[in-house]
Amino acid sequence: MTAGRELVRMQGIDKHFPGVHALKSVGFELRAGEVHALMGENGAGKSTLMKILSGVYRPDGGRILIDGAEVQIADPRASQALGIGIIHQELALMRDLTAAQNIWIGREPRLSLGRIDEARQNADTAAIFARMNLRLDPRTPVASLSIARQQMIEIAKALSYRPRVLIMDEPTAALNDAEIAELFSIIRQLRDEGVGIIYISHKMDEIKRISDRITVMRDGAHVATVDAATTAIGSIIAMMVGREIGDEQVVVPDLAQAPVALEVRGLTRGTELRDISFSLKKGEILGFAGLMGAGRTELARAIFGAEPADGGEILIHGRPARIRSPHDAVRAGIGYLSEDRKHYGLALGMDVRANIAMASLARFTDRLGRLDEPGLRKVARDHIARLRIRTPGDRQEVRFLSGGNQQKVVIAKWLLRDCDILIFDEPTRGIDVGAKAEIYHLLTDLAAAGKAIIVISSEMPEVLRLSHRIAVMCEGRLTGILPAASSQQAIMELATERQGGTA
Amino acid sequence: MTDIGIERQEARRSGSAQQKLLAFASLIVLVAGFSLASPRFFQIDNILSILQATSVNGVLAVGVTMIIITGGIDLSIGTMMTFTAVMTGVVLTWGGMPLPLGILAAIGTGAACGLISGTLVAKARIPPFIATLGMMLVLKGLSLIVTGTKPIYFNGTEGYTLISQGSVIGRMLPAFPVPNGVLILFAVAGLVAWILGRTVLGRYTFALGSNEEAVRLSGVNTDRWKMAIYALAGGICGIAGLLISSRLNSAQPALGLGYELEAIAAVVIGGTSLSGGRGTILGTLIGALIMSVLTNGLRVLSVAPEWQTVVTGVIIIVAVYADQLRRRGSH
Repeated sequence: MTAGRELVRMQGIDKHFPGVHALKSVGFELRAGEVHALMGENGAGKSTLMKILSGVYRPDGGRILIDGAEVQIADPRASQALGIGIIHQELALMRDLTAAQNIWIGREPRLSLGRIDEARQNADTAAIFARMNLRLDPRTPVASLSIARQQMIEIAKALSYRPRVLIMDEPTAALNDAEIAELFSIIRQLRDEGVGIIYISHKMDEIKRISDRITVMRDGAHVATVDAATTAIGSIIAMMVGREIGDEQVVVPDLAQAPVALEVRGLTRGTELRDISFSLKKGEILGFAGLMGAGRTELARAIFGAEPADGGEILIHGRPARIRSPHDAVRAGIGYLSEDRKHYGLALGMDVRANIAMASLARFTDRLGRLDEPGLRKVARDHIARLRIRTPGDRQEVRFLSGGNQQKVVIAKWLLRDCDILIFDEPTRGIDVGAKAEIYHLLTDLAAAGKAIIVISSEMPEVLRLSHRIAVMCEGRLTGILPAASSQQAIMELATERQGGTA
Repeated sequence: MTDIGIERQEARRSGSAQQKLLAFASLIVLVAGFSLASPRFFQIDNILSILQATSVNGVLAVGVTMIIITGGIDLSIGTMMTFTAVMTGVVLTWGGMPLPLGILAAIGTGAACGLISGTLVAKARIPPFIATLGMMLVLKGLSLIVTGTKPIYFNGTEGYTLISQGSVIGRMLPAFPVPNGVLILFAVAGLVAWILGRTVLGRYTFALGSNEEAVRLSGVNTDRWKMAIYALAGGICGIAGLLISSRLNSAQPALGLGYELEAIAAVVIGGTSLSGGRGTILGTLIGALIMSVLTNGLRVLSVAPEWQTVVTGVIIIVAVYADQLRRRGSH
């Protein structure tokens, strides 16, 4: 673990996207045999920097040196050839193929007549698994493996390229403690073999456990590179958030007299949602925390009628509501902002005006079905001004807007519909830090104006920053509701509280 | 995940406008080319006959344009057109009812058939290609069953042929007797263009093709709107049924198959994207004109009919390829 020689040096890396200066002359350096953590809020530029190193994007400016020699990384293939492997956050495996077939896809060892040498493929895979101390038959179909094991297959695939640099992007997002320990032992072994590892994560305790050095990024810029052992967690957080987010404390309003807007009783759907009950008051922000796959999005979609529940009751303003479709939900005054706004929130090829009006067209239609375009233009412009949506005009197609501004268009859609209950699923995913703070203020203002709000977020600081109460889910169950400003540890305990101790 | 609004923002004119321009230019080139090649092409009589020939295909194409903009397809419009003509024959010739009831029968039958297709697509969630393929065969069979495979003639109905062949304009402007069928085409096109551009139905037509799930999650009853669009297209199909049976003075039960593909070809040539979300009625009109100018011009030049078919096929492939190129460019 002695500081090895320098493997990678990135200097003055610059990258622009339309409307965003994503990387501002960023420097980064990786040595052989170290675990170098890359930290920063979503939108800080970590992933963009790594996508440049792995050849997904070309930088607008700056130099990349590998082993001291300047290189051009034109595409992912070039990056692989330089010995850079990347393990993406999302799994990209073919479920019906075996572990070995997945690892060697596209470069299968061949026999004559185009036959695949399955035996050699399996033996090579077994060798990689042995190196990882992973007990797994290479012929196991991927579909039968747990998410954690599938992640191990991704790692094995990256190792099959014999990388000298390994980039891991939030590898523990879906893992439990035992699985994380297994992953860490693999990481340590690779490090001891001289591989340089770049480790991206939001989880502070993990970073302290596994990394040697930490580089913090914020707003597309390099903030500092520090020694992991001697730097306090508090000062790392301070570097990450810089100003606003960490400093602002959530102010919980007195809701004792506030009427209940939404009550959910025993909501159940298959194994995804199990007997969920909670209530939400007018003016309240209820945060939903939990790990990936805990069932939070499923809950939101059930309440909204996108995939109706098979059991349980939903009461709105104290009256039972029959919600079998989003149409029913919207009529009952519920709006849902999906975590995937491009697929579920926006008609990307249509303009800002049409998208803002999408849920409210009935109000702007006369008896002949004619649309009141002047009226639509007026409300669109009003909302563009009110939410400070940065767009050349209300006729701009939304696909040309940045993530933050697209999200504001979706919010405008529900504001125009005048919903009483708003469900925000990952409201700041893919949004840069500045726009994020704006959206936080917007949500707080909406609650103050009497809206009842549910916020689902996988980012702990976001949940803590916004929520008046924090509901925690695990494996389709609501494991507890905590008061505002609870500790991250308390939340994590509930988020990993498995039934019958199957952990 | 953390990438920030990475949209390629090339300065790019809307692909649909580009394609429409291209289609219009091809139309001009075709007309100019045929005019130079044969003095018989650019004659009033010939131009009128091109327009007349465009009317049926044009009306069908205008109707199916709406469905294609939603991202769907309707393969049944050809045989549906025939079935509406047959039902008109049943009402007028067999039932001896007055003409307005016959017109109502055509449009009503079309709308009902369209509603069935729409229900299959929206409620039963059968892919439009399959649902309307089924409807195509069902309606073809029904036309033959109802008529006993024999044509129904409209000799008992005074003035039936005037629906398509007469000329209101010719009475005022004898030099340029534009047939009524062409006026009806323009009226239908104008109506649908208005619906698409100005009404809530039009807005949802584009929105469904652009991102149906986002529209559904906006609380819009997407099933109902989709059914309405298929029903409206069916009603327009009924108008095409009136036009063709008026021109033939009969309902020919064996006719119809193949019309759907010509109509879809006209839509695609006119720049409407088969992947939905984009399209214009003006483009469809130009596309339909290109198809009939081509057929007519090749005939004037005495090209053998079998070669006319080959050329038409090539044009369709080129048009769909242009659509593909445009789609690639817009991602």
